[in-house]
Amino acid sequence: MFSKEHGFFGGHGIVGGQIGVGTGMAFAQKYKGTDNVTLCFFGEAAVNQGIFHESLNMAQLWKLPCIYICENNKYGMGTSQARAMSTSDIASKAEGYNMAGEFVDGMDVMAVREATLRAVERARKDGSPTLLEIRAYRYMGHSMSDPGKYRTSEEIKKYQERDPILLFQESLKEAKVFTDKDFEEFTAKATAEVDAAVKFADESPFPDESALFTDIYAD
Amino acid sequence: MAEMTIRDALNAALREEILRDENVFIMGEEVAEYDGAYKVTRGLWKEFGDKRVVDTPITELGFAAVGVGAAMAGLRPVVEFMTWNFSILAADQIINHAAKMYYMSGGQFNVPIVFRGPNGSAYQVSSQHSQAFEAFYANFPGLKVVMPSTAADAKGLLKSAIRDNNPVLFLEQETMYGLKGEVSEDPDFTIPLGLADVKREGSDCTIVARSFTVPQALKAAEIMQSEFDVSVEVVDPRTIKPLDIETIVASVKKTNRLVIAEESHAFASVGAEISHQVMEFAFDYLDAPIKRISTVEAPMPYARNLEIAALPSVEKIVAAIKEVCYL
Repeated sequence: MFSKEHGFFGGHGIVGGQIGVGTGMAFAQKYKGTDNVTLCFFGEAAVNQGIFHESLNMAQLWKLPCIYICENNKYGMGTSQARAMSTSDIASKAEGYNMAGEFVDGMDVMAVREATLRAVERARKDGSPTLLEIRAYRYMGHSMSDPGKYRTSEEIKKYQERDPILLFQESLKEAKVFTDKDFEEFTAKATAEVDAAVKFADESPFPDESALFTDIYAD
Repeated sequence: MAEMTIRDALNAALREEILRDENVFIMGEEVAEYDGAYKVTRGLWKEFGDKRVVDTPITELGFAAVGVGAAMAGLRPVVEFMTWNFSILAADQIINHAAKMYYMSGGQFNVPIVFRGPNGSAYQVSSQHSQAFEAFYANFPGLKVVMPSTAADAKGLLKSAIRDNNPVLFLEQETMYGLKGEVSEDPDFTIPLGLADVKREGSDCTIVARSFTVPQALKAAEIMQSEFDVSVEVVDPRTIKPLDIETIVASVKKTNRLVIAEESHAFASVGAEISHQVMEFAFDYLDAPIKRISTVEAPMPYARNLEIAALPSVEKIVAAIKEVCYL
């Protein structure tokens, strides 16, 4: 889950760990005098980790071009936000660091795009970071072993009716940008791409045992 | 060559590497305006400014993470912990992130970072400020661990650590910052990581010592020579990981006796590892069981007499040598 070519830095297994690492990338972007910005993604449960608060403090203090994107899907593994956080409002936590914060409807594709563009502009203008709380939802379990007993099927259905892809398709159809036929083609193309990726993974050999000891230390 | 303290040798290494590579910068608590809690970074902020010498908030996990991210993005951070005791707050970034990134990214992102600061005891700084962390960190693949004991080693090894393309943990010793030695002033002077140094040659017994215990071992060796006519060899691994076990084994094969002196609790220590490896590679050469002198198995107390009792000492090392020599 890393791609140097695409500037994609992982792929991390510790909740919130990447928030500090992303802050460091923004530090490097400023240090090198580039106009690049870092988009740092995490879930709402990561906001309860110390690294979130340590990072936001440094980013605002040092004016680092980092956009903190909290995808609030209401559940940290199997624990609802209401049972884990003293406030439901994550965007407002930015105020504690004198940082710009915005609440965004994550089911609205254009709203997410516009809020992100505003944050990018803020970062490029004077290096100011932004905290975006993007309210979304997770239809599936946290993992394959998650039976999902902590929420009702009605709740899931309610959010599926506001699925961002569905809503975006409707608005694009209304604006006569695309037709149903276009969407069928897009869906077929995307499905074929994913199927090919799954097939590639299934058919690829397991790594040679020598791979156990590769890439531990760089030369 | 110039005579300088370990503190100034470290300072010179930092200064030379900042001048050599525009991607090198120093970050940590009090490293800039205050000149460093132990003055290792003295004068650097005045000379190089805010960009290259960065004061951080007291936020160890946070600034360690900034260092890791900056290193992944191509910089070469030198992150100072005011003491390694505070690194525990940042252990997630050191162990879960810095040590794993190159492996997890399939070799795409290496992390050329140095974490440095004083390790072990000082003078009466008590339980939470006197711990030794080399065994803890050396247990994790992906990290390198370095512990200099002389001014020359401090400079040469720190320069190599900064130039290394991996996370290097550089463990200094507060009570040793003022120790003086001859140091090369050549900006190209480096000492490779992973190479032990025989600090004193001898034929009857080997002491493996590192950092705090190296001066003690050398003193003990003098005493053994003058009072008991026993010739002691002192080997300083200098780098704990990768460990130069070959030099240690070669010494043991020559002397047939081994004492390990370490400022660290004995349980699962680096000394335990060395002891195991010597058993594995030189079992038939040993004429006596290996003896270890370590910090006692108790948190460090505040009272000076108890602190002295807890730590390795020249007397304890002399007693251990006499024991393995059956004197």
